[in-house]
Amino acid sequence: MIPTNIFNGHVLSLSIWLPILAGIVVLSIGTDKRPNLTRWLALAGGLLALLVTLPLYLQFNYAEAGFQFQEMAKWIPSFNVNYHLGVDGIAAPLILLTAFTTVIVIIAAWEVITNNIAQYMAAFLIMSGLMIGVFSALDGLLYYVFWESMLIPMFLVIGIWGGENRVYATIKFFLYTLLGSLLMLVAFIYLYHQTGSFEITDYYQLPLPLKVQILIFLAFFMAFAVKIPMWPVHTWLPDAHVEAPTGGSVVLAAIMLKLGGYSFLRFAMPIAPDAAHFLSGFMIALSLIAIVYIALVALVQKDMKKLIAYSSISHMGFVTLGFFIFSQLGLEGAIVQMISHGFISAAMFLCVGVLYDRMHSRNIADYGGVVNTMPIFAAFVVLFAMANSGLPGTSGFVGEFMVILAAIKFNFWVAFLAATTLIFGAAYTLWMVKRVFYGEIANNHVAALKDINKRECLILGVLAAMVLGFGVYPKPITDFTHATAAQFLQHMNTSKLIVSALATQSPVAGTSLSGASLSGASLIGTSASATSSSILIVGTK
Amino acid sequence: MENFNIDLFAALPELTLLTMAMTILILDLFLKPKKRIAIYLLAQFAIFVAGYFAFQGITQSVGYAFGNLFVDDTLSHVLKLFTLIGAAIMLVYTRHYMKQRGLFRGEYYALSLFAMVGMMVMISGHNLLTIYMGLELLSLCLYALVAFDRDNARATEAAMKYFVLGALASGMLLYGMSMIYGMTGSLDLTVITSTIQESDLKNPVLILGLVFIVAGLAFKFGAVPFQMWVPDVYEGSPTAITMLIGSIPKFAAFAIAIRLLAQGLQPMVADWQNMLLLMAVLSITIGNISAIAQTNLKRMLAYSTISHIGFLFFGLLSGNLNGYASSMFYISAYVLMTLAGFGMILLLSHKGFEAEQLDDLKGLNTRSPWAAFLMLITMFSMAGVPPTIGFYAKFTVLQAALQAGYIWAVVFAVLMAAVGAFYYLRVVRLMYFDAPTNNAPIHATFDMQVMLSINAVALLMLGLLPQSLMAICGWAITSSLQ
Repeated sequence: MIPTNIFNGHVLSLSIWLPILAGIVVLSIGTDKRPNLTRWLALAGGLLALLVTLPLYLQFNYAEAGFQFQEMAKWIPSFNVNYHLGVDGIAAPLILLTAFTTVIVIIAAWEVITNNIAQYMAAFLIMSGLMIGVFSALDGLLYYVFWESMLIPMFLVIGIWGGENRVYATIKFFLYTLLGSLLMLVAFIYLYHQTGSFEITDYYQLPLPLKVQILIFLAFFMAFAVKIPMWPVHTWLPDAHVEAPTGGSVVLAAIMLKLGGYSFLRFAMPIAPDAAHFLSGFMIALSLIAIVYIALVALVQKDMKKLIAYSSISHMGFVTLGFFIFSQLGLEGAIVQMISHGFISAAMFLCVGVLYDRMHSRNIADYGGVVNTMPIFAAFVVLFAMANSGLPGTSGFVGEFMVILAAIKFNFWVAFLAATTLIFGAAYTLWMVKRVFYGEIANNHVAALKDINKRECLILGVLAAMVLGFGVYPKPITDFTHATAAQFLQHMNTSKLIVSALATQSPVAGTSLSGASLSGASLIGTSASATSSSILIVGTK
Repeated sequence: MENFNIDLFAALPELTLLTMAMTILILDLFLKPKKRIAIYLLAQFAIFVAGYFAFQGITQSVGYAFGNLFVDDTLSHVLKLFTLIGAAIMLVYTRHYMKQRGLFRGEYYALSLFAMVGMMVMISGHNLLTIYMGLELLSLCLYALVAFDRDNARATEAAMKYFVLGALASGMLLYGMSMIYGMTGSLDLTVITSTIQESDLKNPVLILGLVFIVAGLAFKFGAVPFQMWVPDVYEGSPTAITMLIGSIPKFAAFAIAIRLLAQGLQPMVADWQNMLLLMAVLSITIGNISAIAQTNLKRMLAYSTISHIGFLFFGLLSGNLNGYASSMFYISAYVLMTLAGFGMILLLSHKGFEAEQLDDLKGLNTRSPWAAFLMLITMFSMAGVPPTIGFYAKFTVLQAALQAGYIWAVVFAVLMAAVGAFYYLRVVRLMYFDAPTNNAPIHATFDMQVMLSINAVALLMLGLLPQSLMAICGWAITSSLQ
């Protein structure tokens, strides 16, 4: 019990820095000359990193809606930036998912990656730490640093181990995300000058006029919509997925997309609740376009990875839809959907990876009748395909069903359009499975295929257990989210406008009470008036 | 006489370097070429001693020496210390390079030390004449150094360009100074400030003087529209000299910008703010967009410098202490990044081969993972991606500009930063994603490898823990400019 005492209160720090440290160790010890040492080292690091996140599950207080496992230290006092970590019911399961996925990715790369093994493994370990940092940061700048840093390893992963068109894909990925994030940085700086701190909880309390809220919401939207990705800024994702190595695709789909969804809940919506309500119609429309239109796009794909990439975008549409109908059921459904999609998309990309490792082709047309040569593998794929199309009994069903139920209460036609995914999802997934796995053996290459080995069986088996487990019994996830979601909705229903109108009324007495009419001046004006209160680079000394 | 002694104490770092420069000039006559290493060591020793004096002299108070010609405040000491640290790093990097090209001569060290004296005089200048004198001392040394490789036609051409345009810039600065002198009747910055405060700010001669001073400064910084010399001189000079031009003199340029604009012409802040804003926006745009088209690494870094200067101006134009401190942080980060960037070019170059094309970086990760990693940090730092110091540099200047109310300029600047990221990414792409064209192992002296590693890793460490440098910059500015 001694270790728990030492690390008590530092669960999150440990979850972040242990994988990063493991990555550095792998990088400095591992070489291509001793591939197995490198792999085992990486696996040990990944497992250890997963182990240290377990207290988030074991010691989590489900009744508590606020932040738990908090850690606080001064980081950059000149700007009042703190190393402030903490998780609520939304972040905790995502952190567990991240650590879990990293282990899967390391095992999945075992025999597949043969060049620069140490760099590959280290990139994923470091990325894992950075992503956990994003999920647990409660300080705007700390969050931003983690958010941007994780682009670097992903950029390298796609660029070094990717397919033919990898350079185009990875630069597009990087620049798209960077461009969105930089606008978010401007929003953070603006909020900093308003409150004098980077504490997220301070931002939650900050009253803001509607026009400012809308601008802030849009700045965050640019960053998160690209990440999720929402239509029409999704175009980087199919490229990145197609070119990325299997591990890269898995992490992209299973976790990076969730960062966008999570960040909407952490920043855009609670900081600008009135703007979120104001723009909810717009957001719902974008979500529905993603769900319906992107599903149709997925239907016509010839490349398996591209098909799954589009299917991810379509499924993430459910997440944003669940957020913006503002109901407990919808919100929890969206979070369940995020977790479940983490398992299913990871599994789907791993399955494509299994085929690609053997055939070096992702084209659906190159396959046919794989079930004859790979029966065990086919069984797994059919299970994951069913989950991807939302079959009851799999985790894919739970989230989508909750969101659709909530949407019916909100508006029948929204629910109707969203529910079409059950048809389209089944159509594109099962059609792909049919073309790849069933029918006659298409060619000699397929005839020569060997079924999955123990390693592949292990990772797919674990994922299958997760998918079925959460499909039958999703309570562990909803236990996490319940209290947090309720508090979140309560916060969302409290307008910041009334407070801000009162706050701005006194200096500009006599002008209109409406927040919107004052906002033009305050966007520029208040930043100057906040000068005295904000702590500047110069201020502290 | 006692007073004069105290004055001399204030200028101890300058005197140390000056003495050593002259000693080296004489000593060089008597030393055999094989023993020239002694000169290098002497130069490093002088820098170390001068750095010690600069460090030891740090006080909270503001003092003046030589009849108010020379200011002795925290800012000057900190900037001198930074300059000297940069100079020491630079000399480590360039030793082997100069040796291989037959340029390892006493004059190189003497001229470099004289240039440093010039920079330090600029940093401590509290009088238009002192500032001008320091600037000319620096510039003349740099002109000579660019042409140091006599038989290199490209370098000679670059030197000519640099000289002609640099002389023009000095002329403009001097012209502006003379107008300010004409209107205020003094060369002393404190007197100028108080006189302007009492006079009519709309005085056209005063404004014209300001315009010329800002133009001269912009020339020295290399800000658009006075940037024409930067790419040509960067490309034409021997890389060791490019490194000298591109790095530490920027501290001195920053110092005179603070002395002239933030101290001397502070009452006219509204006028120079707008000029700087225009130049900042143009520099960021033209610097970043032109850099995309470059195939020569040195030229690319030249355009990248132009865009960095644009960002630097964002801090200055805020016109408050927060902004100046942010700019100082930016320039410190910039110098560290530039040293690492050019250091990498020097590392990859060897006799008869200048690794100055972008393609020369191809497959560096295969040739040397560590070198590639160092360059990776440098490039991401220049692009302003966390967790490197370059991010905080951009963050500090942008928050200062936003605080001053320039919100749309800031939005524009971040969009341009994303454009800029493209060409830095291209360097990373060449190193990591492409196969090497040249598999020759990298030969570099041990001291250079260690120094470059420290330099680049410092970019990362200062990115993880930027507080110390931020606090130093904030403290230097507040205690000197109150």
